[in-house]
Amino acid sequence: MAPAKTASTSGRRSAAKSATKNVSKEFTGKNTPDFGKEDELHAYREMLLIRRFEEKAGQLYGMGFIGGFCHLYIGQEAVVVGMQMAQKEGDQVITAYRDHGHMLAAGMTARGVMAELTGRQGGYSRGKGGSMHMFSKEKHFYGGHGIVGAQVSLGTGLAFANSYRGNDSVSVAYFGDGAANQGQVYESFNMAALWKLPIIYIVENNRYAMGTSTARATAQSNYSLRGSGFGIPGIQVDGMDVRAVKAAGEEALAHCRAGKGPIILEMLTYRYRGHSMSDPAKYRTKEEVQKMRSEQDPIEQVRLRVLENGWATEEDLKVIDKDIRDVVSDSADFAQNDPEPDASELYTDILL
Amino acid sequence: MPIDILMPALSPTMEEGTLSKWLKNEGDTVKSGDVIAEIETDKATMEVEAVDEGVIGKLLVAAGTENVKVNTKIAVLLADGESADAVSAEAPKADAETPAAASDAAAGKAREASEETPTAAKVPAQPKIEVAADPDIPAGTEMVSTTVREALRDAMAEEMRRDGDVFVMGEEVAEYQGAYKITQGLLQEFGARRVIDTPITEHGFAGVGVGAAMSGLKPIVEFMTFNFAMQAIDQIINSAAKTLYMSGGQMGAPIVFRGPNGAAARVGAQHSQDYSAWYSQIPGLKVVMPYTAADAKGLLKAAIRDPNPVVFLENEILYGQHFDVPKLDDFVLPIGKARIHRKGKDVTIVSFGIGMTYAVKAVAELEKEGIDVELIDLRTLRPMDLPTVIESVKKTGRLVTVEEGYPQNSVGTEIATRVMQQAFDYLDAPVLTIAGKDVPMPYAANLEKLALPNVDEVIQAVKTVCYK
Repeated sequence: MAPAKTASTSGRRSAAKSATKNVSKEFTGKNTPDFGKEDELHAYREMLLIRRFEEKAGQLYGMGFIGGFCHLYIGQEAVVVGMQMAQKEGDQVITAYRDHGHMLAAGMTARGVMAELTGRQGGYSRGKGGSMHMFSKEKHFYGGHGIVGAQVSLGTGLAFANSYRGNDSVSVAYFGDGAANQGQVYESFNMAALWKLPIIYIVENNRYAMGTSTARATAQSNYSLRGSGFGIPGIQVDGMDVRAVKAAGEEALAHCRAGKGPIILEMLTYRYRGHSMSDPAKYRTKEEVQKMRSEQDPIEQVRLRVLENGWATEEDLKVIDKDIRDVVSDSADFAQNDPEPDASELYTDILL
Repeated sequence: MPIDILMPALSPTMEEGTLSKWLKNEGDTVKSGDVIAEIETDKATMEVEAVDEGVIGKLLVAAGTENVKVNTKIAVLLADGESADAVSAEAPKADAETPAAASDAAAGKAREASEETPTAAKVPAQPKIEVAADPDIPAGTEMVSTTVREALRDAMAEEMRRDGDVFVMGEEVAEYQGAYKITQGLLQEFGARRVIDTPITEHGFAGVGVGAAMSGLKPIVEFMTFNFAMQAIDQIINSAAKTLYMSGGQMGAPIVFRGPNGAAARVGAQHSQDYSAWYSQIPGLKVVMPYTAADAKGLLKAAIRDPNPVVFLENEILYGQHFDVPKLDDFVLPIGKARIHRKGKDVTIVSFGIGMTYAVKAVAELEKEGIDVELIDLRTLRPMDLPTVIESVKKTGRLVTVEEGYPQNSVGTEIATRVMQQAFDYLDAPVLTIAGKDVPMPYAANLEKLALPNVDEVIQAVKTVCYK
């Protein structure tokens, strides 16, 4: 696989050029350096952890250990891993309900996340939040929100707090192509641009808002342009290429830390699984999914580069795979055996 | 060890399904993500993906089998070097009728346990909330006649001086000095960093406020009126009120949402709604609705210091009314404590906010007729100080509630229900609830007057419960 020259190597038509022309001269998104050995192996490990974790979550869901809604992140791993590699300690992350990958990337433990999925006392929310509602103050992860678009205003509030405190932190607010049509997203864009808040709005464009394709739901499907009315620069990024994500993330973070206000990164990505576990995904063809999996899989891209460059052998990668399987199996064992929260937890944590 | 492939649950409610098709045969090598079977549920046909690598050792349930219970073992996956023979000996027969719970699979147990728990476990008692009494006001304290407007402003200013994390944001709060002049002078004292004019964008700035609060700041979000907060109610309830619970206590939202609530005068249906009953239903919120200036000041200071989200419901008509406020350096009142406005022995009236204006006038009239009313100002709607109401009812045996909001599911009906449940034997008459009429607020002056409660209605209700 040839190294990417631009931010968009996915083969999806990019409007990044026109977007940058419209709103920002200095913001190119073209800074896509190759990874060295260390970065490649780190990205491989992190993305594989999310993938294996999500597969296991799907399995536990099938076994009835996980209830309710469960939205898997499989296919989109490069987005959170690349961004996390660009961020520094103190930067906040907030997202919607497809959140397991964000939490693992933020450094939250597989055990704590999996035990929350199974509704056990060892979960991050002591079993009271579930798949869609987890938080970690320590890891600067602010949820985990179930109302589409609400996290965008909340994330803008995190950026407001950074600005109020005069610190150097940036808020990274993730939302999907579906949420991008919610009104409060634009209310937030307006305030963030007006007050020059340090926030990166990340549109994870995985092409489908539940079962509705972007083409059927939106009049302007180039989401990087969505801030242009507010003077917010934006670019499209190949969200299947972890290097492109990290490079764009670094540029966006520098933009925010320089006091230039908000910025939009549209990550062109793809979700392999259904919207939630009970979605048979009849709104797209098997061929479409298969094509993405076989041609643009974010983990496979890294694996091939690592092997090509001789940074690891198949055997070395097998060792990594096994390590990760062990972490995930351990989390699943823990999540199945940890007790449910005590009945007394029913009435705790309502008020301080 | 061979890996069991179990019949998966593919929706929150699925209990069984049809194994319609195997896409892999015994002996096939699979890796995670490969589709191995199709399952038909009541909703859809779903694909089953392998989650581990290996060789299909045995297919235990034939394609086409109906009513396969969730968690039935349907196939066995072998790792390198494992033999199917070893498996077949211990594999159970493919029996679709075997309930999952009967198998000793850990999953079966889990499902069983979690299904039984709700009926088996006793619901724990709701913890009692202990609220301290009002602080004593030292003898000789100067009382200063103050409007509710000034009291609210003073409360914010004092708390902003005390704590740099407190800031106020909303429409027209800064340059304009507040649409109702509640934030008058704050911009001059605290500057634009802490007194922030927002665009007209309630949903957005309520979310920004909650996000800032989640990171530890203490925002005061002013809604020009609570009618406009309906645009923001998702952030107030789903984000502010529920986050502490959903995070297992890790993260809450120390925020105050305040502004005028309920009817002003002649502003029509969309600007005249009372939201007291709405917000007071929500666990995770505190809801305050003061009447006097002293309560407005003491309770707003408490609300700003409170680590929980507080909805603070003011009233435009009360803003200009004068009350005595004790001149103290730091006058803070407890949230969750009712105040006995007037002691009496014949009948209890419970009211709050603007409702108190009708009650106070009615009490004066009734006194002339020899009816001695105990008047309770709830002040806080959540947590509600029901013990004070019950104590009073035990003494008087009669209760009337007064509020401006709609009559169905009102604060008054809630009080009536709980008094009926907890003090039935003490009641000498049915509880009567005085509320606004069950109509959108009309504009015409005469109709508006009819839509609101009036003093005479309160007097008549009191006489009715006294059988006079």
